[in-house]
Amino acid sequence: MTDVAIEIADLRVSLSGTEVVHGVSFAVPKGSNFGLVGESGSGKSTILRTLVGLNVSWSGAMRLGGFELRYHRDKAFFRRCQMVFQDPYGSLHPRQTVDRQLSEPLLIHGLSEVDVRIRRALAEVGLPEALRFRYPHQLSGGQRQRVAIARALIAEPEVLLLDEPTSALDVSVQAEVLNLLADLQRARGLTYVMVTHNLAVVAHLCETIGVMQEGVMVECLSTDDLCAGRARHPHTQALRGLSTELEEAPAWKRGAGGEPA
Amino acid sequence: MSDSALRSWLLSDTPDSRRQAAWGRAYRSWLRFRVNPLGMAGLVIVVALLIASLAAPLLAVQSPDVQHLTLRLAPPSAAHWFGTDELGRDLYSRVLYGGRITLGMVLTVVVLVTPIGLVVGALAGYLGGMADRILMRITDIFLSIPQLILALAFVAALKPGVTSAVIAIALTSWPPIARLARADALTIRGTDFVAAIGITGASRMRIVFRHILPLCLPSVIVRITLDMSGIILTAAGLGFLGMGAQPPTPEWGTMIAATRGYILQQWWVPTIPGIAILFASLAFNLLGDGLRDVLDPKQT
Amino acid sequence: MRDLRVAFPTTRGMTEVVHGISLSVGAEKLGIVGESGSGKSVTARSILKLLPPSARISAEELRFDGIDVLRASEREMRAIRGKRAGLILQDPKFALNPVMTAGAQVAEAWRTHRRGTRKEAAAAAVELLAQVQIRDPGRVAGLYPHELSGGMGQRVMIAMMLAPDPELLIADEPTSALDATVQAEILRLIEDLVSRRGMGLILISHDLPLVSHFCDRVLVMYAGRVVEELRANELSDAKHPYTRGLLNCLPSLLHRKQRLSVLARDPAWER
Repeated sequence: MTDVAIEIADLRVSLSGTEVVHGVSFAVPKGSNFGLVGESGSGKSTILRTLVGLNVSWSGAMRLGGFELRYHRDKAFFRRCQMVFQDPYGSLHPRQTVDRQLSEPLLIHGLSEVDVRIRRALAEVGLPEALRFRYPHQLSGGQRQRVAIARALIAEPEVLLLDEPTSALDVSVQAEVLNLLADLQRARGLTYVMVTHNLAVVAHLCETIGVMQEGVMVECLSTDDLCAGRARHPHTQALRGLSTELEEAPAWKRGAGGEPA
Repeated sequence: MSDSALRSWLLSDTPDSRRQAAWGRAYRSWLRFRVNPLGMAGLVIVVALLIASLAAPLLAVQSPDVQHLTLRLAPPSAAHWFGTDELGRDLYSRVLYGGRITLGMVLTVVVLVTPIGLVVGALAGYLGGMADRILMRITDIFLSIPQLILALAFVAALKPGVTSAVIAIALTSWPPIARLARADALTIRGTDFVAAIGITGASRMRIVFRHILPLCLPSVIVRITLDMSGIILTAAGLGFLGMGAQPPTPEWGTMIAATRGYILQQWWVPTIPGIAILFASLAFNLLGDGLRDVLDPKQT
Repeated sequence: MRDLRVAFPTTRGMTEVVHGISLSVGAEKLGIVGESGSGKSVTARSILKLLPPSARISAEELRFDGIDVLRASEREMRAIRGKRAGLILQDPKFALNPVMTAGAQVAEAWRTHRRGTRKEAAAAAVELLAQVQIRDPGRVAGLYPHELSGGMGQRVMIAMMLAPDPELLIADEPTSALDATVQAEILRLIEDLVSRRGMGLILISHDLPLVSHFCDRVLVMYAGRVVEELRANELSDAKHPYTRGLLNCLPSLLHRKQRLSVLARDPAWER
């Protein structure tokens, strides 16, 4: 039991009266990565938001490290579980400096050595200290996302929920952020649950992938199986096809003797 | 610290402390405000009026209450720059002292109204549901009564005077502020960064007071500056109707009321306090417009 | 277009964001790829003079089918925009009028350029919606934008742009707000329409593999300059380190890597 970081059983979520997640179950072992893939409206982000208490009308069971989650999340929960949002432009307070945003979780949880921790957090996500007193609008997209990751990790949680953490970023920055996430996990033994629509991104970071379609998890498979093309459900196969088709594009075009006009 | 060193300290891209970052941001806003001539004009007039009122004892040539019955209704001259009123009192001195009363009333109203409107609006907007409904219905009740009528009724029930006028005006000027703050809080509530702060474990009150209120402040400041001209007019209006400051207190509205009979023969007597009212309310309007260009959150 | 330069005013004077770009498009599919801030959208929009009035455009030559765009009056430009060149934007939610039905918007686009009766326009609108492979065009024509899905909205946008039968279609990130499955459908649709009607296409995107899949020629932009121009099928032979870096930092399903390679930016690329 202690080896399971997150366990979700028969979770049903309603948004303004309509059920959008129809009985989803999965478990994430401690220190591993679980990816949720699906198209918009498949309910993948809703699951994450419900997990951290942003949606209140749900039924089923959710456990964090063996503890049953109720409708109200307490401070202790947020100490152990944090989330990074998709849009680094929207997830930072526009009128607070990086320093202030990072110190907020420390003040809330009553942690000491604020100054030391902030320096360490910035160093960990690879941000120079010169950025400490800047406002978000003075940072680039990648830097903002690093700040958001630093904020999520500064109170030393065990579980990090990632909601499309790289889809608002350029591909070169995406690579940097994905590498950073991998490094942090190795250093801290974190557990990740990552939601994205990009199959290649989840496959890079996660060992197990749950494929969502219209509020149902249609398939849960290992990344090795996915990459080797051993997906069983047609939706998974379709998603994989789209992703690999683009990768193979140049080769395919050449094979067809592509003659541009 | 020399000027250029201060400037580069303020405009530094890599501030060393929160204080420097905050000053830097304020300085950048000031640089943007400075290029707006109308806003600057408003600021200069407002500051000049405030200084003149504060320094009234130093600037006035005589006490505003000293009467020279031999010198009634004198036209402007070297001795009496704005002339004298129906009791031979020096109008220049009275306008200066009147500024203390009128502007003092306005500032008191602002100090009373801003926090109330801001807190009510932000709470209603962020908490939503029942709290929102109750707070907003109360606001609606106050909003549905015409400002001058409520003020009149209120002053009539109490005894007329500066204090009652201030309370009466304050009672009717907080609802628009609350509505504005609520609209801002509603938009801010749905943003990711508020969700992110909630996920760090912050309590709801902490979110409202530390994170949402500061964001509602800019538009409220702009609104209240624009409202100030209206408050000046209401204060003067109450004075004119005999419900505000009582004679011989030199309040601008009261001064016009007391001398309105002389408008045809000795036009300057009621006109001069009128010009003071015009200048003050115009200046606050210009200042508010200028501030809107700088503080509007949509621009930064 | 030769040596296009665009500058925007900032607090510290004019800042040039596009530094001398030359390109020409015929009846072909040209892709412009670059990261955010590389100037790709600005470049494409300056062809139609669709930039904020504060922007300063200068170029040795900027012609659309013989018309000098820089000297053209606003009226001449309006004749080009819409009629001879269409622009498809990223998010159909903001580009469609929320209080008009899809059919009415397409019909209006058709009428402004073709001058027909209301009835003809309505019929043409349904026909155009059918052309963008909307299954039940009659029903969709009566829907309001908020009742359409993202992919459907983008199809309506495309139908609007096709109404005047343009010669050039500029698609600015037409699919980045859409799901992968829908994205592929829309791009296939655009590709199909372009080749069937013999139009020119400029496809702007940040997604290099995607663009190279659908276009004949790809321009790679970096910091306001074209760093490399390739034929799409030569993508794997890209010479410029930036292009190669872009390709290498993508995670892949087929060739898994322990660690993604990170793009090392060289200031020399900006010169």
